[in-house]
Amino acid sequence: MAKNSNNNALAAPAPSFWRDPEKRAIVYQALVLAFMAWLLYSIVNNTATNMESRGLASGFGFLTSSAGFGIISTPFVPYTEDSSYFTVFLVGLVNTIIIAFVGCVLALLLGFIVGIARLSSNWLVQKIATFYIELFRNVPLLLQILFWYSAVLKPLPGPRELHEAGEAVFFSINNRGLIFAEPVGQEGFQYVWYAFFAAIVVSWLIRKWANARQMQTGQQFPTFLVGLGLIIGAPLLTYLFMGRPLEFVPAEMSRFALRGGVTVIPEFVALLLALVIYTAAFIAEIVRAGIQSVSHGQTEAASALGVKPSHRMRLVVVPQAMRVIVPPLTSQFLNLTKNSSLATAIAYPDLFSVFAGTTLNQTGQAVEIMAMTLAVYLTLSLLTSAFMNWYNSRIKLVER
Amino acid sequence: MAINDNANPQGVVHDGNLPDKPAPMATEGAVAWMRDNLFNGPFNSILSVLALALVLYVLPGMLSWLIFNANWTGGAEACRVNPDGACWPFVSSRWEQFLYGFYEKSERWRIDILLIILAIGIAWLVIERLPGRTFAAILMLFVYPVFAFFMLYGNEKMGLPIVETSQWGGFTLTLVIALSGIVASLPLGVLLALGRRSKMPIISLLSTVFIEFWRGIPLVAVLFMATIMFPLFLPAGVTFDQLLRAVIGVALFSSAYMAEVVRGGLQAIPKGQYEGAMALGLPFGKMMRLIILPQALKIVIPGIVNTFIGLFKDTTLVLIIALFDLLGVVQASIADPNWSIRSVPYTGYAFVAIVFWVCCYSMARYSRYIEDKLHTGHKR
Repeated sequence: MAKNSNNNALAAPAPSFWRDPEKRAIVYQALVLAFMAWLLYSIVNNTATNMESRGLASGFGFLTSSAGFGIISTPFVPYTEDSSYFTVFLVGLVNTIIIAFVGCVLALLLGFIVGIARLSSNWLVQKIATFYIELFRNVPLLLQILFWYSAVLKPLPGPRELHEAGEAVFFSINNRGLIFAEPVGQEGFQYVWYAFFAAIVVSWLIRKWANARQMQTGQQFPTFLVGLGLIIGAPLLTYLFMGRPLEFVPAEMSRFALRGGVTVIPEFVALLLALVIYTAAFIAEIVRAGIQSVSHGQTEAASALGVKPSHRMRLVVVPQAMRVIVPPLTSQFLNLTKNSSLATAIAYPDLFSVFAGTTLNQTGQAVEIMAMTLAVYLTLSLLTSAFMNWYNSRIKLVER
Repeated sequence: MAINDNANPQGVVHDGNLPDKPAPMATEGAVAWMRDNLFNGPFNSILSVLALALVLYVLPGMLSWLIFNANWTGGAEACRVNPDGACWPFVSSRWEQFLYGFYEKSERWRIDILLIILAIGIAWLVIERLPGRTFAAILMLFVYPVFAFFMLYGNEKMGLPIVETSQWGGFTLTLVIALSGIVASLPLGVLLALGRRSKMPIISLLSTVFIEFWRGIPLVAVLFMATIMFPLFLPAGVTFDQLLRAVIGVALFSSAYMAEVVRGGLQAIPKGQYEGAMALGLPFGKMMRLIILPQALKIVIPGIVNTFIGLFKDTTLVLIIALFDLLGVVQASIADPNWSIRSVPYTGYAFVAIVFWVCCYSMARYSRYIEDKLHTGHKR
């Protein structure tokens, strides 16, 4: 008994309700939650009232009705003016994914080249890279898109000024875009594809074998060169052996326009150029910072061990730099994907332009259309992040 | 035997002179510099020649178009005669519109005053020798925006006629959107960053969802929502100005980015600082205000400036929702039939590019300078 009362006297008095952080936290969170619920309720309520008073029907029924407008570029998705709004959505989605994917790959390539040039020991190359970076990343992207589109590509001469009627055109750049001959595989061309895939599998096996051998014996094997030779050489040899089963069908100049061939519309070219050049300037700075972040001790230690300069870069510096490069690179890819929505300024038929633009204007279904559009961008962002996180976890430093 | 190195323990003895050694390779002067920096090795030599060819191909044409062969005086007629150079009279005849938009001519002095105060305020914040920079920061962040609003919009009681926001435009509008975006996003961003790091699960979850939502969608979508969806969300009868809606959208958008910048700063503060503050018995608010945030915000100044640069460039997107910022006004002027000359669109774009470049580049330099000042050590 006595012991008990003693304990009670020593224990701190229970804090009053407001002085207990845990109870206070519950109150704060309850308040925030209540506020959010009220906000959400009033937004939903207001939207419903407003839509009713404007005579707007809600729901996704509009997706099945016919769109009735043409789209200048509809790769992979069959589309006519009678197609439904849902097909419009798919067309826009495909176009957005194409520009984002091609843009990311090219921006990465250009960015790496410029970033390494920025660190070159060659004074002139280094200055040109610096000039490139400082020029393009400090000018708004929209301005660059408008510049490439309306100041560079649109004033190009038309096909009628460049080609005579009946002419077979293998390659042409004019104000209708980039037009080149269409490669058509003939009988037996599938073997070239088989050879290509077989070469990839074989070089992967060689790499496994070479790694295992190096682990055991320390002998090295030129995996990269052999693999490259296989992947390029095997399809090429098959191609020649099969009697070149690939024909280039040229576009033909009719009286007014070029028919046939493969056309890349100028909107795509302008948007791609602007996105790639703009984003590459940022990627170049990321690459430079990443390479510089590897401390001098690492390169010096590698030199002291007698590792030759090319291996020093490939085996010591780059793997460590990648850990610094990948996270900001991810956000640049995300930025490029999101910035592709600027297509709406030059009417490239991406998701934003055809769906959140034209379709929204025609149907007035603002809530549904914006929800679908935002969901797509959020999903693309999540997918890109997920992929880059997976890659990052593969290359990151293995610690204890 | 001139040299006897076995029998004579005293050392090496020569009789007569040794032949002259060749002169050392020059290590100074233009030739040596070129050898070291341009032609050290066959690969670099080839690269240098290619790079030089690129420079010679691009630079003369660019300089000639921009400066030497450009039209500096005269009007549209002079540009029509010489279409192979920039048409600067197009800019000089319309610079007032580019700067003030469609703001009433008699009221433009109000913008002038605001710009002068802005310039003084920025100089005060940037030049480190000046006293009272914290005071200046508070003044520019909290007092100036309110003052600027009354000056721009007007107030009958203060004797300033009202100028509707539909008349605002040009570079003024660019500044209004960018500055109000950044001023609003700073406190919001700090709150969101604290919320995301909070131990309260609901608050941390809500902050994270908010931040990731705005970071995951394009700014064009935000502006579209601000124009199309925002009126739907409000009770019937309540309307907001188009510009205000855009500014709210921009502020919410950039607050998400700001939150991530601030969170980086909060994470960089060593744990001992938090623990020290708690050991002194400081409550959360005081700990943040007196110990953590002053240090965290100081190290994220470069990040804040970079966010601002991004925001500043992104203000051009309001063109898409039919607000006329600098790019919008120039774009509209290009379409003027009196100036339908081949060189005018290029001149207009070049002018906008130069304005944005000068602003963004100087801010980037400042951010780099702060970064270098904060980042000491490990340098060679």
